[in-house]
Amino acid sequence: MTLDAHVVVQRGSLGVDVEFSVGDGEVLAVLGPNGAGKSTVLRVLAGLLPADAGRVVVDQDVWDSADRHVPAHQRSLGMVFQDHLLFPHLSITENVAFGLRSRGMRKATARATAEPWLDRVGLADLGDRRPGELSGGQAQRAALARALVGDPRVLLLDEPLSALDARTRLAVRAELHRHLSDYAGSAVLVTHDPIDAMALADRVVVVEDGRVVQAGTPAEIARRPRTDYVARLVGLVLLPGTGAGAQVALDGGGLVAVAEDAAGPVFAAIRPESVALYLERPAGSPRNVWPLRLVAATPHGSVVRCDLDGEVPLTADVTATSFAELGLAPGVAVWASVKASEIAVYDR
Amino acid sequence: MRARGNGGVPLPLLVPAALAVAFLVLPLAGLVVRAPWSTIGPQLAQQEVGQALRLSLLSATLATGVSLLLGVPLAWVLARSRIRGRSVLRALVTVPLVLPPVVGGVALFLVIGRTGILGRPLYEHLGVTVPFTTAAVVIAETFVAMPFLVISVEGALRAADARFEDAAATLGADRWTTFRRVTLPLVAPGIAAGAVLCWARALGEFGATITFAGNFPGTTQTMPLAVYLALQRDPEAAIVLSLVLLAVSLGTLLLLRDRWLGRGPGQGVAA
Amino acid sequence: MRKTRALFALAVVGVLGLTACGGPASGTAAGTSSSSSAGDLSGTLTVFAAASLTDVFGDLGDQLMTGNPGLEVQLNFAGSSALATQLTQGAPADVFAAANEEQMAVVTDADLQAADPAVFTRNALEIAVPKGNPGGVTGLADFADPDLTVAVCAADVPCGAAAAAVFADAGVTAQPDTEEEDVKAALTKVQLGEVDAALVYATDVQAAGDDVEGIPFPEAEQEVNDYPICVLEAAPNPEAARAFVDLVRSDAGQRALTDAGFRAP
Repeated sequence: MTLDAHVVVQRGSLGVDVEFSVGDGEVLAVLGPNGAGKSTVLRVLAGLLPADAGRVVVDQDVWDSADRHVPAHQRSLGMVFQDHLLFPHLSITENVAFGLRSRGMRKATARATAEPWLDRVGLADLGDRRPGELSGGQAQRAALARALVGDPRVLLLDEPLSALDARTRLAVRAELHRHLSDYAGSAVLVTHDPIDAMALADRVVVVEDGRVVQAGTPAEIARRPRTDYVARLVGLVLLPGTGAGAQVALDGGGLVAVAEDAAGPVFAAIRPESVALYLERPAGSPRNVWPLRLVAATPHGSVVRCDLDGEVPLTADVTATSFAELGLAPGVAVWASVKASEIAVYDR
Repeated sequence: MRARGNGGVPLPLLVPAALAVAFLVLPLAGLVVRAPWSTIGPQLAQQEVGQALRLSLLSATLATGVSLLLGVPLAWVLARSRIRGRSVLRALVTVPLVLPPVVGGVALFLVIGRTGILGRPLYEHLGVTVPFTTAAVVIAETFVAMPFLVISVEGALRAADARFEDAAATLGADRWTTFRRVTLPLVAPGIAAGAVLCWARALGEFGATITFAGNFPGTTQTMPLAVYLALQRDPEAAIVLSLVLLAVSLGTLLLLRDRWLGRGPGQGVAA
Repeated sequence: MRKTRALFALAVVGVLGLTACGGPASGTAAGTSSSSSAGDLSGTLTVFAAASLTDVFGDLGDQLMTGNPGLEVQLNFAGSSALATQLTQGAPADVFAAANEEQMAVVTDADLQAADPAVFTRNALEIAVPKGNPGGVTGLADFADPDLTVAVCAADVPCGAAAAAVFADAGVTAQPDTEEEDVKAALTKVQLGEVDAALVYATDVQAAGDDVEGIPFPEAEQEVNDYPICVLEAAPNPEAARAFVDLVRSDAGQRALTDAGFRAP
């Protein structure tokens, strides 16, 4: 089973034009900032929003095309929403059985089919409760059971974890991973959280301003981001430039020495923890040394993330101890150095 | 709990609220004080009183039923559909709210009266006349009261989270099933409130009823009509009749309210 | 509804203001021609009159104002019983003209009159049928025909009381489809063609114009309504009040009434 989608739709001032396909048993994460059009794409896939152009095809079945629009209720799909959207007036069992009932299954049969699913998501004892009596994590698991119970060909997940608190999110993410591994159809996960994408998806497409800016496996995305947004998400500083031997001439000015030869338009990616800061120009003349100014510092776990401005804008992570010892504060002039071997270079 | 001495109501709200209560309740108190309690027994025993009361309750309930049957779907169309000219439609269906009821009664004549647009063929071909029948009472009351229901239910539908309907659609429910199994239960409290408003308005309906349905004991004379005519002859009798109408309607509303409140928790509508 | 409000309005002031004091007797009400354009009347004159007098009193009021530029005549037309109720609840007025003796009695029982009321005109019932008389109504007996849709006034209002008396005199058991709250409501249903016949006043038929045809019937002669008029004791403008009553009872006033379908007293 394969989902092939090319979604073209205008939402206010945002023009969305996104194309991807999701294979059998594959989980595709659509990663992007808020307002990038991710949820719009998902609503088109669900049939809740008519596309302006493009097509949605599941195996040989055309769900959307220029002359065809299959309404949402006739699509074999399950959808999990950010805030579960369990029907407040129905019990958990009735919620899970809802899709079976509306597709014509008898009440008793539907309940009997729903109950094993409650068991699978660990809610066997809570079937008679109302959604209002469940915790956020329990409700989201019930919503997952409700989406999966009919064995749909396509599973759509719209920010399924972002309404949960951090601890619950961890548990539900693990459980979601398990169910997604078992799921035989095509799954599309919309998220703005790179950890969700990395943990749950087989492939990731990054969407910004309604366009796919990068696609690949989670590892590729993490190692070789192609936009500032992705680089920030995965904790890298991205410097676009032109390779010439063991040097990259940055588009914004300045030279970066690298370990391998590079040619043509490339990205140089630097991890903040590989940037060292000094008050005086360091001795031994390392090749990558720049005089910069500290513009902002924010605590980040055990380190302090320092935003630096100058010829080569960088981000450096220094330990809280060093930060204090160096007497750093916004406005202070520093020297930053990075070993050439610590810089990743890849084609643009 | 922030309840203190005055129940936690700030003074700038408490004073006007108290005035509002006085304004609404004092006329009622006036009726009670002026009621001829010594003769109330014989007054109530009159056959017409029971007849008018029964007819009032029956016709108001039927009018509410008709309003629910037609008004809830209309409210859905106003709140959810994407048909053109919706705002014009909304303005049109609320016309009975501003139309003097007597004019409403005349307008009903012009449509389903014996010489009306629809009424004439009905009369000429089937020999059916609508005015001066109990059905006419129900029609007049429905005409005047249904907008109250439509407006309440439309408001409830707009306030309800339409994404529940999206969720239902992704679960294979067509729009009718979604309406029946999701939307309707979600807005049930709004529908109930609208039905109460509608029923109360129908129960007190006078102008359109006396115009379109006329006034005949047992057939079309509802309590408000009986009260009005009693007023011509014997104001005290009118007070007694008004109190009966008030007592019965208040009693009914309180009874229904208890039933709803008795439905227990788990009713919380998700925001 | 309007009546209900008037009834329960706490207008105590007016009632207290109506103290006793024998006003000028019927002498001023004698049909002298004091309504001539003396031109010295001023202030506001408030007349409470039965709804059936709307057209005639409107004209007479204009006439009085033309002759007395300083005078403002305000006319309040409604059902006689509603007006009587308003007066007993203290509504301020100079003149009251009722459509029957009973409603005038409500006012005189409360001792609100300045002088004894005098009958100034009379009105008789007539059968009103829609233009062309689709029901083929010929007389009072048709009101007993169950196949016809007919309206009468409710027994609680004057035209209904008169109708009941007429039916009793004629030995007709009327089978009305509706008992209307006032004569205008009954007439409206005739105008709309919704009833085949209604029992209303001759003046109403006259006022309704071409949409309505009147059928006089002999039994009406036995139940003719007398219209009494009086100046009220608490009249803020007794002089103008007396002038208005005189005008009504003058030859000109009587002519106007006859033209509108009323009968001489």
